[in-house]
Amino acid sequence: MVSTIVGVRTMSREKLVVIGNGMAGMRTVEELLKIAPDHYEITVFGAEPHGNYNRIMLSPVLAGEKNINQIMINDDQWYLDNGITLYKGKQVTEINRARRYVKTADGVEANYDRLLIATGSHPFVIPIPGNDLKGVISFRDIADVDQMLVAAKQHQHAVVIGGGLLGLEAANGLKQQGMSVTVVHINDTLMEKQLDKSAAKMLKKSLEERGLHFLLATQTEAIIGKGHVERVRFKDGTEIYADLVVMAVGIRPNFELAKKAGIYCERGIVVSDTLQTYDPRIYAIGECVQHRGTNYGLVAPLFEMAKVCANHLARYGIGRYGGTVTSTKLKVTGIDLFSAGDFTGNDKTEELIFQDASRGVYRKLIVQDNRIKGTVMYGDTIDGAWYFDLMRDNTDIGDIREQILFGQAHLGDSGHGAENRVATLADTAEICGCNGVCKGKIVKAIVEKKLYTLEEVRAHTKASSSCGSCTGLVESLLAMTVGGNYSQAPHVKPMCGCTDHTHDEVRKLIYDLKLKSVAAVQKTMEWKTADGCSKCRPAINFYLVCAWPGEYQDDYQSRFINERAHANIQKDGTYSVIPRMWGGETTPKELKAIAEIAEKYQVPTVHITGGQRIDMLGVKKEDLPAMWGDLSKAGFVSGHAYGKAIRTVKTCVGKTWCRFGTQDSTSMGIELEKMTWGSWMPHKVKLAVSGCPRNCAEATIKDFGVVCIDSGYELHVGGNGGVKVRATDFLCSVKTPAEVKEYCAAFLQLYRENAHYLERTAPWVERVGLTYIKEKVVVDNAGRRVLAQRFLDSQQFAQVDPWKQRADGLDAHEFAPLKAVG
Amino acid sequence: MAATMKQIDWIAIGTLSDIPRQGARVVRTQQGDIAVFRTADDEVFALRDKCPHKGGPLSQGIVHGKRVACPLHDWKIHLDTGHAVAPDEGCAASYPVRVEGDKLYLSLISNEGCPKL
Repeated sequence: MVSTIVGVRTMSREKLVVIGNGMAGMRTVEELLKIAPDHYEITVFGAEPHGNYNRIMLSPVLAGEKNINQIMINDDQWYLDNGITLYKGKQVTEINRARRYVKTADGVEANYDRLLIATGSHPFVIPIPGNDLKGVISFRDIADVDQMLVAAKQHQHAVVIGGGLLGLEAANGLKQQGMSVTVVHINDTLMEKQLDKSAAKMLKKSLEERGLHFLLATQTEAIIGKGHVERVRFKDGTEIYADLVVMAVGIRPNFELAKKAGIYCERGIVVSDTLQTYDPRIYAIGECVQHRGTNYGLVAPLFEMAKVCANHLARYGIGRYGGTVTSTKLKVTGIDLFSAGDFTGNDKTEELIFQDASRGVYRKLIVQDNRIKGTVMYGDTIDGAWYFDLMRDNTDIGDIREQILFGQAHLGDSGHGAENRVATLADTAEICGCNGVCKGKIVKAIVEKKLYTLEEVRAHTKASSSCGSCTGLVESLLAMTVGGNYSQAPHVKPMCGCTDHTHDEVRKLIYDLKLKSVAAVQKTMEWKTADGCSKCRPAINFYLVCAWPGEYQDDYQSRFINERAHANIQKDGTYSVIPRMWGGETTPKELKAIAEIAEKYQVPTVHITGGQRIDMLGVKKEDLPAMWGDLSKAGFVSGHAYGKAIRTVKTCVGKTWCRFGTQDSTSMGIELEKMTWGSWMPHKVKLAVSGCPRNCAEATIKDFGVVCIDSGYELHVGGNGGVKVRATDFLCSVKTPAEVKEYCAAFLQLYRENAHYLERTAPWVERVGLTYIKEKVVVDNAGRRVLAQRFLDSQQFAQVDPWKQRADGLDAHEFAPLKAVG
Repeated sequence: MAATMKQIDWIAIGTLSDIPRQGARVVRTQQGDIAVFRTADDEVFALRDKCPHKGGPLSQGIVHGKRVACPLHDWKIHLDTGHAVAPDEGCAASYPVRVEGDKLYLSLISNEGCPKL
């Protein structure tokens, strides 16, 4: 029996005190518990008498679409389970930095080694007479919502001052509760910070259709009443009746406590990129801070801050917060509105506009030098997340400008185009075809298990965890279910849960620091796990294979079983064997050999693959080396049908036989396959050569496709069949087979060096843009030759038949049982 | 515990170096295959070679930390308990292993507390 000694922790834990039990503070604590659960003894002070709840969901509570329990994030039990001391309803009034403790109004004290201030913000109250009357409230916390719900039962007339995001959500909620609601706004258009005039007009129209009244360009002068509010008077002298006045004119960061303690504040507590204040023991996060001159009032930036802050608290000094580009969605059911970035533009920008008034659809993109600078959308916002990504990635949209306003579904994605409107789908509609997960199940899991991120939804439902083609749909469902502000996954996506580094960062550091083993990469980049996981290890291994050909010792234990066993594992644990058939051409002699070998090893199924090869299925693992030995003797090498590698080059018979053929496509295909076989890739790669534009080899849905024409060869890139069919983009035409080979090698090497592991050429081409690829492979002649040469150099080491090696005894342990008992 | 130990028949199955680090080998038995894992830290564990999800051969998975990722659908299984990593639910029966110097011994009496597949 294996006995494990559990180490007794003798080191006493450091003390972390958190002021503020809101979303920012608790998100940081959650992130911290994930990565360093034992590092701190944590104490939390919250001024509100509740556990931690999701403040941005107050609008649906007011509208009666959710109740308070549904928006609680962490209940008392959670604090107990995690050993956190929680003081509810206690206001911290003093921070003593010299002696490092905090103190509440009623005298509770707590010492800290590190302090986190997450005091949030408070609503701005307009300095006018009557603002302290009963019935005048703001819209900030559960108490405000309770008061509004009570008022709605007893009274009739509500006035909301402020026509911004929060004001309109409050107005909509009160209307749903049966009140007559007038929105008073000082500006002449609604939500002027997020919308342009056209979109604001459409919004006003649909809110009026729901029965809201508006007084725009109207300034409030006084609130009148004896003890309780009765009327509201405006600058122009007019008055309206009011039983309830909601002030929603903005928020002010809460930083008095910090300021009193001598921490440097401007329009908020000033913090660095590690979320530290001028006192490095004290961190601040959320709406109370000012970072690089900006205050934030949305939840997406707060989540990004929390991650960085937790990282730093846990002593992983790698994360930095660089600010957030925010986007806005209005949480009013039935009204779709999205805006992000600079949506007004200037004399250097252009506007792309799509407007269909009778369908109530409006889309505007502000573009400068073919880059999206901002967007406003109304009515149909399904592509908001896509535009937002293009904007944040600063993607050159030159190649897709013609179709961009019609949305992502019009970009040759014929897989899911029509299904993209998730909101209208029935609960029984299947979202994830791989794992058979329907919409209802995903929504239920999100609501009941309180899931907020794509990763969580994947873990709980398995949706989008296999081929990933429904990721967009699942993200849409998440956005739809938990509210707009959650829709954005953190912009910088880490490689996996083991690290905060992105694929690009890992690759760059491998080159810069000349890292030459998986362990060295993990150690240098401060991996959070001892030896990575099944996601990052294969990726790092590939990056090392690609970076140091001939030098790096392939780490087989970091490869997926198929690449370790050089065969494809099947559902019953047997394997399939597919020998290479150059260009899809074979001979009677080869076929006889295959037939004999298939009989000798009692192969239950022989199948012709889509890539013109012969697949022998159901082979026992122990039989593989011997079978490969026989195949090797008959002249076959591995077809790499199991790997993230060059799979096949499919060809037609070309001008040798076909009356339409323009070139010898078969020979061209064989030459390409002889050049490329054996090469490891970020994902599987398929090639094809068609002998004429009739394209019988289907070259225009391949990663690299050649279509022969009378004057030479057309080269096409970035296509694939499968779940998300994508036709290739035309790269260029060339004259000779030598050129075809050079362009092909250069394109493949660029893909190897630039794409993320498990990213096929199709999404890669869309991510980096065809223009980039053309520049590297077509325009830059010298650069192309360098790329092609690097590919050929690395091929010297890659083109060793793994089957023959194993038939000759390499890695014998992989194929034999350790022991047979009984 | 000591009482149980006496009843166990330990079967010599090979040496530590027979199993690659972060890898596994299979012991064939009449009750089915047993996967014997070796972690990066040279800890050794044994589980029934069937993922609680759809019976995938765990011995073929990627070993990381004290976990293995099933090769069929990437479920993660704790090597020490056989339980699936949450939120997945299920359990692969575990078997006692003894390491004496470089030598490995396995018992064929699966640990209780884990439903048989």
